[in-house]
Amino acid sequence: MKFVDEFRNPELITKTAEEIRRLTDPQRHYRLMEVCGGHTHAIYRFGLKDVLPENIDLIHGPGCPVCVLPMGRIDDGLSIAAQPNVIFAAFGDMMRVPGAHGSPLEHKARGADVRIVYSPTDAIKLAKANPGKHVMFFAIGFETTAPSTALTLQRAKAEGLENFSVFCNHVTIIPAIRAILDSPDMRLDGFIGPGHCSTVIGCRPYEWIASDEGKPIVVCGFEPLDLLQSIVMLLRQLKNGEAKVENQYKRVVPWEGNRAALKAMNEVFQLRPYFEWRGLGFISQSALRIRDSYAQWDAERRFNVPGIRITDPKAAQCGEVLKGVLQPAQCKLFAQECTPESPVGALMVSSEGSCAAFYNYQHRKPVTISNANLAAVV
Amino acid sequence: MCLAIPGKIIEITSDATRSALVDVMGVRRKVDLGLLQEDKPKTGDWVLIHVGFAMSKISEEEALDQMHTLQMLGESEAAIEEVRGYGLEDLKEKRIT
Repeated sequence: MKFVDEFRNPELITKTAEEIRRLTDPQRHYRLMEVCGGHTHAIYRFGLKDVLPENIDLIHGPGCPVCVLPMGRIDDGLSIAAQPNVIFAAFGDMMRVPGAHGSPLEHKARGADVRIVYSPTDAIKLAKANPGKHVMFFAIGFETTAPSTALTLQRAKAEGLENFSVFCNHVTIIPAIRAILDSPDMRLDGFIGPGHCSTVIGCRPYEWIASDEGKPIVVCGFEPLDLLQSIVMLLRQLKNGEAKVENQYKRVVPWEGNRAALKAMNEVFQLRPYFEWRGLGFISQSALRIRDSYAQWDAERRFNVPGIRITDPKAAQCGEVLKGVLQPAQCKLFAQECTPESPVGALMVSSEGSCAAFYNYQHRKPVTISNANLAAVV
Repeated sequence: MCLAIPGKIIEITSDATRSALVDVMGVRRKVDLGLLQEDKPKTGDWVLIHVGFAMSKISEEEALDQMHTLQMLGESEAAIEEVRGYGLEDLKEKRIT
C-alpha cells in the first residue's frame, strides 16, 4: 500500500469549486457549520478554506467527543482509577486529555493502572485476564461509538462478568445541534451533517432542523470532493429558499440508520436528564446513562464518584472557539501555552479538535487543493 | 476512536460470538459483527470498522475510497495501529498488556 498525497478527481474538484462560486451571492455572508470533528480535521488538512469564496465561513461544531467532555468527568474517572485494584481502560484519544490534576497518562506515571484499549471488548478481555482486579472502561463518543459500548455491556451481563464496569460519558449529537441553534450569539445558514454518526442514527433525526428551524443540512462524506459537493448542495438549497435534509454520503449512510445498533443502545442506555458539555454548558437530555437493568456494570453506581465540576482555565477560550465565536488563533493561549504537545484546553488534544487541526496545518503547510498540481494526479 | 477503517472479511470465524477475521491494509484481525445482525455480511464483503466493531457494509469501491481518505488525512498509520491493537483474539495468541 502506497502512502501518497493526491486528490482524486481533480477536474471534478475544480468544477465543484467553480459551481460553489457560481452559487454564492456576493452580497451575502454564509456561515455553515460542520458538526463533526472528522470534517474539521479534513477541512484543515485539505486546505478547503482556500478554495471557498471569502464570504463562506465554515464554523467548527461540537462533534469532537474528547473536546466537549468537561474536565470534571475526567477527574471523576481518575478518582476511580485511584482506588486499589482498579484498572482504568480508555481509548488512546483520552490519554493526554488534562484533568485538574493531570491526564490519565500522568496518573499512570504516578502509579495508577491506566491502559489503552482500541475496542471496548478489549476491556472485557482485560477483566478476564485480571480476575483479582476491577476493570473500568472510560466510555466516550457520540452515536458512532455508543453502540459498541452497548454491545460490550450486553456481553458483560450475559457472561455475568463481575469485575467490569463502564464509566459512561456517551453524548448524543442532536441536542448539541439544538443547543447551538438556540444560542443567541449564533447565526448559521446551514449544516454539514456528520458522516459516521449518521450511519447509526440515519438522516431522519435531522428533519426538525429543516422543518422547524428552516436550516438546510447535508450529511457528508470525508473526502475533499464530498465536502465541496455538500457545500454545493447547501448553497443550492439556500439559493432556492429551501430547507431540507439531504444525504451526500448515500454510499455509506442509510436513511434509516443502523437498526441493530439503535436497538442495542436503547436496550442498555437511557437519556440523562441533563449533562454538561465543555463550552456549551448544561444541555438537557444530551447524554446517555446506563439503565437500571445494567446497574451492576455502571461505574457511577458501583463507585463513589465525587461529581467534580471544574471551570476551564480562565485564559483558555475553548468555549468561544467551540461555539464558533472565536477562531482558534484568536485565543490568547493558542500556540503559546497551549500546543498539541502540551495542551491546556481539550480542543488542542484531539486531531479532531479545531485548535489542533488549525495548529498542525497552519504550521506544517500541507498539500492543499489550491497548491496541489491538480492536473498531474489521477 | 472516530476513525472509520475499511476491512475485507476473510472468514466468519464464529457465528455464536459474531466475529470475523478481516484484512485491513494487509493486517489481519478479528472484528465484531454484532452491529450488523440485520444485514449480515459474508466472506468477501467489505465493512467499515469503528473501535473493533463492523458498523456498515460498503462496496469495494467505497472501501478503496475510504483507505484513500485515511491516507490523505495522514491517519492510515493510526488506523493500522488501531487495528493491530484490537486484542479480540484469544489471550493465548496475543496478551493485552
